[in-house]
Amino acid sequence: MKIAIIDYGAGNTQSVKYALKRLGCKGVLTSDKEVISSSDRVIFPGVGHASSAMKKLESKGLDLLIPELKQPVLGICLGMQLMCNFSEEGNTNCLKIFDSNVKRFDNSFKVPQIGWNTVFDLKTSLFNSIIENEYMYLIHSYYVPLITDTVATSNYGINYSTAINKNNFTGVQFHPEKSGSKGELVLKNFINN
Amino acid sequence: MLAKRIIPCLDIKDSRTVKGVNFVDLVDAGDPVELARYYSKNGADELVFLDITATKEDRKTLAKLADKISENINIPFTVGGGIKTVEDVDILLRSGADKVSINSYAVKNPDFINELATNFGTQCVVVAIDAKYIDNDWFVYLVGGREKTDIRLFDWAKEVEKRGAGEILFTSMDHDGTKNGFACQALEKLSEIVNIPIIASGGAGKFEHFSEVFKSGNIDAALAASVFHFNEIGLKELKTELKNNNIPIRL
Repeated sequence: MKIAIIDYGAGNTQSVKYALKRLGCKGVLTSDKEVISSSDRVIFPGVGHASSAMKKLESKGLDLLIPELKQPVLGICLGMQLMCNFSEEGNTNCLKIFDSNVKRFDNSFKVPQIGWNTVFDLKTSLFNSIIENEYMYLIHSYYVPLITDTVATSNYGINYSTAINKNNFTGVQFHPEKSGSKGELVLKNFINN
Repeated sequence: MLAKRIIPCLDIKDSRTVKGVNFVDLVDAGDPVELARYYSKNGADELVFLDITATKEDRKTLAKLADKISENINIPFTVGGGIKTVEDVDILLRSGADKVSINSYAVKNPDFINELATNFGTQCVVVAIDAKYIDNDWFVYLVGGREKTDIRLFDWAKEVEKRGAGEILFTSMDHDGTKNGFACQALEKLSEIVNIPIIASGGAGKFEHFSEVFKSGNIDAALAASVFHFNEIGLKELKTELKNNNIPIRL
């Protein structure tokens, strides 16, 4: 099994690599289009600012490659947000895989949301063996609203998408690589399904 | 519902944890990686590593340590101590740290907060504030509490939020080490004037102090060191107790 972790200078790629290692898998950090295209699984991490992350993807031509990928792709945190149409963060045009905009939490709750929140209404095999209302680790100021592609929900003042899925593309707002053994189970499901 | 976080803090000197620890099942209690693994397995929601030597050479050692921690634990962690450049932060985040904590240097160079927020996002910037109550007001202290400033705690808290801090780690020097409970009043006011998460630190001595701090104000996390290191409070027991007190806790 070849797993590519897209390395575009944004995001906490090292933690994802180590999480895969703990599962007995090897993830390759790469920005090489050939390597990414020929991998069995692609993980698209991301931490940071939407507009600078999109610029980095564009500079490597990855903005055109990612939407064309045919194998299972998992976007994590900012990676998930970048797969949507548009982000309010820096008014950024994104990859347009999911038909949704990314919004900022309003200030009725503390922003950013930092910590362990529950995930519920779990709909796909990504959550095999994960019970409803399991805790996952989240750290973000922007969110994807509930859409037809929502496959898991969290609540922070409002209900929002904590996971989305469309064809071979999946996005998770929480960090499976930092969410303890349950998070590792999500990664494992992504690899094995 | 977002859970309240319990955060053990490890002080690091020359790549070793300094304060003693008291776990029979640890082979090497001074090894921060082993201790981190112990805490993550026993229900810690997050860990903070503070490098108290903090010279330039130590930055590289600290990055190596962050990398090793990232390899060995599956929960988030923050690294702090002597961070002065964007490059320091870049290398720590690349090594797997989720957040960095800055303190004295931010007071002397407030623009550094903006710089980090722009480069890495507000979510990974923790501003640690040490303060002491003198003449009816809280004043910010620097260099591990050795140097007093004229800056008022609440003014500084508002400013760091405006500049892009994603979280405040507040230590009351009046409470730190006393084991008499957290500075609940100051924390409550802090949570009223800023709209970013607040970590309470200093004063934890027993179960009740944790439930008190979570019930008194809108506090997001509580940090402690020695009570956990010396096993005076078991993490699992603490979290179960808090949950029984209707505080949202991840078990």
